[in-house]
Amino acid sequence: MNKTSRTIVTMPTTAKKGEILKIRIIVQHDMESGFRHTETGQRIPRDIIRDFRCTYNGVEVFRVELHPAMGANPLIVFTTTAIESGTLEFKWSGDNGYASSTTSTLTVT
Amino acid sequence: MTVTRRTFVISAAAASVLPTLNAFATVDDATQAVDKILGGRSAQVGRVTLEIPPLVENGNLVTMKVSVQSPMTEADYVRAIHIVAEGNPLPNVVSFFLSPRAGRAAITTRIRLGDSQRVRAIAQMGDGSFWQGDAATLVTLAACTEV
Amino acid sequence: MFRSSQALQSNERLQRNEMFQRNEMLESNEMPWVWQVFLSCLLEKRLSLAILFSLAILLPFHASSRADPVGAERQSSYVLMSPDTKAMQDDPLLNPATFAVLDGQVLWQEIAGKKNQSCASCHGDATVSMKGVAASFPKVNTAGQLLSLTGRINQCRTEQQSATPFAAESKPLLALSAFVATQSKGMPITVERTAANEASLAAGQRLFNQRMGQLNLSCAQCHAERAGQKLAGNPIPQAHPTAYPIYRLEWQTVGSLERRLRNCLVGVRAEPFAFGSTELLELELFLAWRARAMLLESPGVRP
Repeated sequence: MNKTSRTIVTMPTTAKKGEILKIRIIVQHDMESGFRHTETGQRIPRDIIRDFRCTYNGVEVFRVELHPAMGANPLIVFTTTAIESGTLEFKWSGDNGYASSTTSTLTVT
Repeated sequence: MTVTRRTFVISAAAASVLPTLNAFATVDDATQAVDKILGGRSAQVGRVTLEIPPLVENGNLVTMKVSVQSPMTEADYVRAIHIVAEGNPLPNVVSFFLSPRAGRAAITTRIRLGDSQRVRAIAQMGDGSFWQGDAATLVTLAACTEV
Repeated sequence: MFRSSQALQSNERLQRNEMFQRNEMLESNEMPWVWQVFLSCLLEKRLSLAILFSLAILLPFHASSRADPVGAERQSSYVLMSPDTKAMQDDPLLNPATFAVLDGQVLWQEIAGKKNQSCASCHGDATVSMKGVAASFPKVNTAGQLLSLTGRINQCRTEQQSATPFAAESKPLLALSAFVATQSKGMPITVERTAANEASLAAGQRLFNQRMGQLNLSCAQCHAERAGQKLAGNPIPQAHPTAYPIYRLEWQTVGSLERRLRNCLVGVRAEPFAFGSTELLELELFLAWRARAMLLESPGVRP
């Protein structure tokens, strides 16, 4: 697995104050569980994303602990309340120094 | 001491049962994982809805939705939701950590299920109390695979 | 009485251990118990009863053979999937194969080989130049060679770019084929019988109808005659290659039609044809022709 990869976030760019926003994020990662074997019977070592965090203007609003049972190319759909305009940052980190992130700007009226 | 035929037969019978005991270990593992989350407390059944398709075509990518009835205010909110599988090699699947800012406690993701099983969702509230829900599913294997 | 029940038990064991898949396939024909009774009649030398049961065996088997679905009867295996899996395919932001398409989009622009060309150098904007291309493969080129889309991509690599060809089933090759294939999404497959591909097409058709493997089954027996019936709990698709390359949930990654065909061959316990073999190519040509005018869905998601 590469040290970083694409992550795509889908969320509105504008919202009314107090509105609950649906955020959808997916990241390109094989999530090698550590339970698979090669054709010759050798175990393929675990290599997964362990952590996901969403911060909203620097404040953590959502966190996830991922285990090997999370599917490949992890997808998470969650919500947050639009309280103010600003930047949402989405960060993934995992085994073997993996890290990827993306941001999204939000205008709240 | 001489090993009588009786002791041999009994110990052989016991030894033959051991592999099957291992096969059920994952339900115990799941219980242990849940106990660890609960830290001595108990979880009431209710408020937590876990949605998994009752029949799954392939256990490698199963869409799962968990939601907890909660106003998500400072007074009453969901602090964490833990998903535990009873039929996977490892019981812990994923843990979500929220705050009142979530607005709603409803999360969708895609998980791996190694076999037909019951999956449990344990939610911890802001006041430290626990609620739980579960869903059972049948996992079928794809036809014509690599091996 | 004891002898016949023993015969029944050993037959049951035989069927369960060695013929599980065949039983599953034939279970709608009620063959298992009929076979058991037939064999026990033979063993007990009840000849007249055995003859009666042999008719009972032959008749249902004959009645279940259906012709290959044609025209409007043909359906993509998409229709057999659960709502969740369909949703996964329909929304590019949920489709795990989208990443392969994006990787392909990057590779399209990448300079490679001694001639320092990228795909874009000759083909420009893929959304224009590659429209309908994937839907026309496999096809015979001007040199008389039958090529699949991946074969053609590698031919470009070696002849036009003077670059090393991609390994079969490698990530870059799958990414490029996903990117090119998706440019034909929603378009009909345009593979027709021509003077150039006639012989290969006939060979592919023969392979489709040929019994193979320890289970001695042909593609046709499952996918033409018994499409829609269940095999080990799963509905049998008609096997039209309308979505390739696919993200197969079983593989947890994107893969080609060749890989899927090899899985089928393993499924009937046959030695799978090698990647890039003439047999796989001929089968691919036949399957594409059999699915002509059906719409491409690439990149698909399949269980």
